[in-house]
Amino acid sequence: MAKAAAAKSSTKRKSKRSASERIAQSPFDLPEIPLHQVIDPSGKAVGVLPKTDRALRLRMYRTMQLIRLLDERMMILQRQGRIGFYGACTGQEAAPVGTVAALEDRDWIFPALREGVTMLYRGFDLETYVCQVFGNSGDVLKGRQMPSHYASKSVNVVSWGSCIGTQIPQAVGAAMAAKYKKDDVVAAAFMGDGATSEGDFHTALNFAGVFQVPALFLCQNNHWSISIPTAKQTASRTIAEKAVAYGLPYARVDGNDVLAVYGAVKEARERAARGEGATFLELLTYRIGAHSSSDDPRVYRDEAEVEVWKARDPLARYRKFLIEEGDLSAKEDERQRTELNETVLEAVKRAEARPLPPAESLFDDVYAERPWHLEAQRTELLEHLASHPKKER
Amino acid sequence: MNLIEAVNSALSLEMAADDRVVVLGEDVGKFGGVFRATKGLYEAFGPERSIDTPLAEGGIIGAAIGMAMYGLRPVAEIQFSDFIFPGFDQIVSELAKLRYRSGGDYAAPMVIRTPVGGGIRGGHYHSQSPETYFLHTPGLKVVCPSNPYDAKGLLISAIRDEDPVMFFEPKRIYRAARGEVPSESYTVPLGKAATLRTGKDVTVISWGAMVHEASLACESAAKEGVDAELIDLRTLLPLDVETLIESVKKTGRMVVVHEAPRTCGFAGELITLTLERAFYHLQAQPRRVTGFDTPFPYTLEDEYLPLAPRILSSILEIAHEG
Repeated sequence: MAKAAAAKSSTKRKSKRSASERIAQSPFDLPEIPLHQVIDPSGKAVGVLPKTDRALRLRMYRTMQLIRLLDERMMILQRQGRIGFYGACTGQEAAPVGTVAALEDRDWIFPALREGVTMLYRGFDLETYVCQVFGNSGDVLKGRQMPSHYASKSVNVVSWGSCIGTQIPQAVGAAMAAKYKKDDVVAAAFMGDGATSEGDFHTALNFAGVFQVPALFLCQNNHWSISIPTAKQTASRTIAEKAVAYGLPYARVDGNDVLAVYGAVKEARERAARGEGATFLELLTYRIGAHSSSDDPRVYRDEAEVEVWKARDPLARYRKFLIEEGDLSAKEDERQRTELNETVLEAVKRAEARPLPPAESLFDDVYAERPWHLEAQRTELLEHLASHPKKER
Repeated sequence: MNLIEAVNSALSLEMAADDRVVVLGEDVGKFGGVFRATKGLYEAFGPERSIDTPLAEGGIIGAAIGMAMYGLRPVAEIQFSDFIFPGFDQIVSELAKLRYRSGGDYAAPMVIRTPVGGGIRGGHYHSQSPETYFLHTPGLKVVCPSNPYDAKGLLISAIRDEDPVMFFEPKRIYRAARGEVPSESYTVPLGKAATLRTGKDVTVISWGAMVHEASLACESAAKEGVDAELIDLRTLLPLDVETLIESVKKTGRMVVVHEAPRTCGFAGELITLTLERAFYHLQAQPRRVTGFDTPFPYTLEDEYLPLAPRILSSILEIAHEG
């Protein structure tokens, strides 16, 4: 009977439009996806605010302020040649901070280039964090990765490679494992708009839909993948609508509105915890600075566009909101800024003083135990170093 | 038991012994795999542990990495090793480097099982031997058994290993290779070669399906008065270099046999290692009997493969040189 009804309704639909009309209309059959925003760029509450307490609101703000100051400092160090590379989060602080605040500490975060701040929110030591940028002996990654590729199991932030999008199927696998073990843990994968062109993105969303896993996909649409604008990355009207093809629920969120992000992620996490599967969130934001310390955005984009987005700055907007709400005074804000700046300077100073990792550590962690050929190569290097003073290497 | 039954037995025993072990891949669940390697696992352990995935090798391997990081012991099946390349980035850029790049914080102990090699009239895309790509990638272990006993014992070792293991199964002999295999669990250690035949004149080194061709060639050589020693590497990485070098020091002559194309094939590495360690023991130029540097052919696969007659020629040639 159900079959007959379906056949009937399909005949009915068929009669409405010709094939050519149907095909021509198809890209527009999806409704416009509204933007979820609760604080407007002037700092006014414009939507239904998620439930938060003052301590949480201020913790988010403090973390956003910290990463803004740290990024500024690190870009200066890069220009001075004291660090090799840096990828700043400037202008995008609300997305990772709103996300991590809405997650449980036991949830796994699979970051991309601009979400290291999630570790700081979870209490990871700032000096150790800065040691990653120097790649020195204080770095938990032992100087094995370029700067801004932070990770630590102690805060459930997973190691990221640089090959775009690879972390997305891995997050699905972690979510499959959490579901299998019946843990109340979700896996949250970050990605940029550029990553949505990678095969791994589509594979991962497809797997997530099929297996109905407790995963969150957080696409920071910052409008630029190095020099490629989103319009040249995809012909879809939005990134969010890509989720439709994989049977995943989705939303488009103002990624510069930390409370909008917080609320959307909270809801998505609850869906996942209830066993309702993964959610895709497009977080609209903007990369105020360069892709990294290695490019000059003036070559490929119009500075006027940057000015438009500077007026939507997530930190300034949230500050106005908190002051308006009475959570924070301008004086307290200034005091915190000064204090955080000193904290950053101190952490950088202490981190920079650390020695490099020892040469023999080159051969550790390739395997759980060193096989004979790495043992031999380690001996070879150490003998060479012992017989050659440093400057002759 | 044949080789495919031995693989199935290893999977079944490990899944029964350790609930962290899951299998995933295309058609591995209800159907039991296109070669039947996972037959019965779906019925015994359910769809949560015998997971039919969408058709995407990068997804299978990527998801397995996430599972392994989380604490499971996934065994991913790639239906043919020729199909592994969509997942190559996940293996080479992610799986192999995870422990290293995270300073030992994260690791993904898992196994990628995949049928390898020619001899089934499979053309380019069901016949290749891509082991060298993975041998060239630090962080992976690479195994290729030649018989049912080793297949079972090595697979159990691979599943229990703390590092990712590429487990290449020679599909040409999935059913042809039969042997006594205990029904209970046992291990064959990774990194240990087997000397299948001792001899004093020539050392022949191979792995996987070509071990059988090499063995036939050694038998024929014996009839011509040449006493060949046959080494089955079993694990390509970590390599049992001692067994190789000791043998070549004894015989002074080496012939390496593999299906993969010659240029940058593993034979080149084995010969170099020997030159570095036993140069003055060599009495003749080392020989490589391998697939040719062409794509794997459909019709002319017997001409392409390093089968017994070609191996025999090399053994006899080298035995009478120097």
